[in-house]
Amino acid sequence: MASYDLDGLIRLGASVVERARAAGADVAEVSVGEGQHLSAKVRLGEPELVEEAGSKSLGLRVMRGQQVAVTFTSDLSESGLQRFVQDALELADLSQPDPFAGPPEPALLSKPSEHRDLDLFDESVDSIDAKRALDMAKRAERAALGTDSRLNNSEGATVSRQSGASALVTSGGFAAAQRGTYVSIVVNPVADDQDGKKRSGHHWSARRHLAELESPEAVGEEAARRTLAKLGSRKLDTQEVAVVFDPDSARSMLGLLAGCITGGSVWRKSSYLAEREGQAIASDLVTIIDDPLLPRAPGSRSFDGEGLLCRRNVVVDKGVLRTFLLDSYSARKLAKQSTASASRGGGGGVGASTSNFYLQPGKLQPKQLLASTERALYVTDMMGFGFNAVTGDFSRGASGFWLENGERIFPVSEVTISLNLDELLKRIDAIADDLDHRTSIAAPTFRVSAMTVAGR
Amino acid sequence: MALSTRYVAPFGPSGSMPVDAAICRQLLSTALSQSGDYADLFFEYAVSGSYVLEEGILKSAGRSVGMGLGVRVMKGDATGYAYVQELTPEAMAGAARTAAQIAAGGGSRAPIDFQPRGKLPERYRPELPSLDVQGERKRELLLRADAAARAADPRIIRVEASLHEELREVLIASSDGKLVGDRQPLIRFNVRVIVEHEGKRQSGGSGGGGRMGLEYFDQRSPEWHAQEAVRHALAMLDARESPAGEMPVVLAPGDSGILLHEAVGHGLEADFNRKGTSNYTDAIGKRVASELCTVVDDATLLGSRGSINVDDEGNEPQSAVLIENGVLSGYMHDRHSAAFFKTRPSGNGRRESFQAHPMPRMTNTLLLAGPHDPGEILAGVKRGIYAKKFGGGQVDISNGDFVFSLTESYLVEDGKLTAPLKGVNLIGNGPEVMRRVTMLGNDLQTSDGVWTCGKEGQSVPVGVGCPTIMLSAVTVGGTQTG
Repeated sequence: MASYDLDGLIRLGASVVERARAAGADVAEVSVGEGQHLSAKVRLGEPELVEEAGSKSLGLRVMRGQQVAVTFTSDLSESGLQRFVQDALELADLSQPDPFAGPPEPALLSKPSEHRDLDLFDESVDSIDAKRALDMAKRAERAALGTDSRLNNSEGATVSRQSGASALVTSGGFAAAQRGTYVSIVVNPVADDQDGKKRSGHHWSARRHLAELESPEAVGEEAARRTLAKLGSRKLDTQEVAVVFDPDSARSMLGLLAGCITGGSVWRKSSYLAEREGQAIASDLVTIIDDPLLPRAPGSRSFDGEGLLCRRNVVVDKGVLRTFLLDSYSARKLAKQSTASASRGGGGGVGASTSNFYLQPGKLQPKQLLASTERALYVTDMMGFGFNAVTGDFSRGASGFWLENGERIFPVSEVTISLNLDELLKRIDAIADDLDHRTSIAAPTFRVSAMTVAGR
Repeated sequence: MALSTRYVAPFGPSGSMPVDAAICRQLLSTALSQSGDYADLFFEYAVSGSYVLEEGILKSAGRSVGMGLGVRVMKGDATGYAYVQELTPEAMAGAARTAAQIAAGGGSRAPIDFQPRGKLPERYRPELPSLDVQGERKRELLLRADAAARAADPRIIRVEASLHEELREVLIASSDGKLVGDRQPLIRFNVRVIVEHEGKRQSGGSGGGGRMGLEYFDQRSPEWHAQEAVRHALAMLDARESPAGEMPVVLAPGDSGILLHEAVGHGLEADFNRKGTSNYTDAIGKRVASELCTVVDDATLLGSRGSINVDDEGNEPQSAVLIENGVLSGYMHDRHSAAFFKTRPSGNGRRESFQAHPMPRMTNTLLLAGPHDPGEILAGVKRGIYAKKFGGGQVDISNGDFVFSLTESYLVEDGKLTAPLKGVNLIGNGPEVMRRVTMLGNDLQTSDGVWTCGKEGQSVPVGVGCPTIMLSAVTVGGTQTG
């Protein structure tokens, strides 16, 4: 079982800050990450893969004057650390002075005593061993395949657990660490359909705490329902029609918006929402929140990637864009204050990002929302890319169901849905109450009054 | 050949912790100590660099070093996998013991002796290996792109240019007698611009690279990419809403190979066929495409982004025919699927890093040239779409439904390009669309290395290629009905 030595991670971070300062860095910020994971996959009742490993790595951002460089390493040997620090300083000499570069103002740094315990770590997640994970996966797959004889194949069932701890230490005087766990289960049955085609569907559950995870049986049964429901899928005729997004596809739409309201895309003018603060950008039913302080949620954090105290930000309030999400660099570029939304990327770089970013649920149950829908495409899966953040143009492959008066009439596949995101958000005319924070970006079912569906 | 004097794999002969045949043999014995059938070791040391220029200055430079050992043990169809970053004897033996547990039985099998093997092919021969080149030279390449883009048009409001360089050193040892190492260089250059005109903004981009050094810029200059990005963005400024529905589509040569990659490539990766979850399962010998179509997966192209001398299981890939004149002739295999189909591994066992197990993956996937003149193909289209640049694609393996997105396309009327169209998706079914290839150009081009393929969370660099393709009917995901 993993027990993370948070003080040890902070000490390691502090020692690297010291090395970088001694080597000539004016500013040094070190992130230390440590993690363990186990993943167990079963297919047709037999173990297919058990993967188990631990990792530890360092990320460093240095500034020399206003010249910036970032380095990352998993080579923690003495020679590896020397190389890591030396590379950062050499690369900082290569980069050119950026008048907006700099650490956050020291007065804005949070103190560990201010950091809330968000209950992100569950010891029982780390105690899942390979045998138990395989057993859970087997139960889930059995529950799926046992439902119906048409479910005659499987891409498998996987149970994964991960845990990790990270520390941030900066030459500005910030030092803190946090830890978390995450456990997930996914089942992916396959059924034969007409014309030699197969249909694969899936369902999954994921939580920070094991006790909150859906049971393997429940996940398997839902995966079976979803897969069987796709049998006999067909295209639609090309038309303009209402589109209902289920929570999975709704989340994916919200993810597109997330990329348009984070600082980097705003000051780069590579977002269609740049310069739109204070304006109505969505229907007045739409309120969108970024809340890093939700207990037990996947995107929670008490301090951001620069050490600022995290806070809840209302990004869109009843359709009006209230704020972008900013780190200190993008805040300086836009002459605003940081919203404490900095995060550190894989390579050691820093940028603004969402935490728990969600569309506030409405009052309707999903059933009621569907019942109030005369004719619509109900989208459960989307495919492909097809989004231009600069213009907001959106077009993606979609599959799901044809709805009439709230009833599913037949399954649909191989169509695309298209509409500029700016217009799409304004056409949201119903939002359900089924928000589930199993992912850091989350949304309940919602309906768009009309989109172009391209098919036959 | 040393591709860097500065970054040397610790496990290599001149490294700080050299790993030799005796150490490998000992680790493989540990891995097989619980009655596993097969084991392999994958040592990796990967160094990458990135240089990003924005607003006329090199804003940030970065360097990343990842290293470790992945140990795999197989027992029947089950795989145990463990990895470590620390290459100490204790850590490595620990990983071997963890992976061994998948077998958890009595009795152990000894690995066979490493077999002597011939020299690997040399499919990448960088003349100016990027990592060791002075940073100032790389900065200069980016500044040149920036200047060229800004000079090209007053409507340019932003220019971003980036260079990514990578060197991956691997050592593979297997219990069936393979011991082989390789050094795989990779560079990628990108320019992205934003233009603004009368309140409208658009972006455009261009990129390229491959398994080569900075001599890449002798064939494609930073200025060339800058001008191409500007041309793309300006063309899109006037883009209008695209029609929606089924219509003829002509695909430009080169990057359109992405369609091949999605429409047929993934379905021919043999793991899906071993499991019977691909729509190409049991289809060998059957017609799966128009008889104009011959598709190959070719790992041998000199310096191409998808080329490899040896795969991540120690097998040498060649150029393999997947579809010949429309008839399915073979799948792409890793060791596991090859054993199932009782054939030789085709050298397509690839993995993202030491942290991941290998799977059958594409290298450079090409649709070979056909008989038609590209001009003649376009001339025959009454009303349709000409697809020129692409943003990527995705496929549902189980039924072959795929999408791929166009970032530059034109309306075709009476054989002529009449208007640029806003970004749209094409959606279709792989086997159906491949049967609708009614004309095929004689102008095969391979992509300039930018593509990365994702599968089950693992990314690997790939190449694609094709000639001009005429598809008689595909669903275009525009917004204009009727």
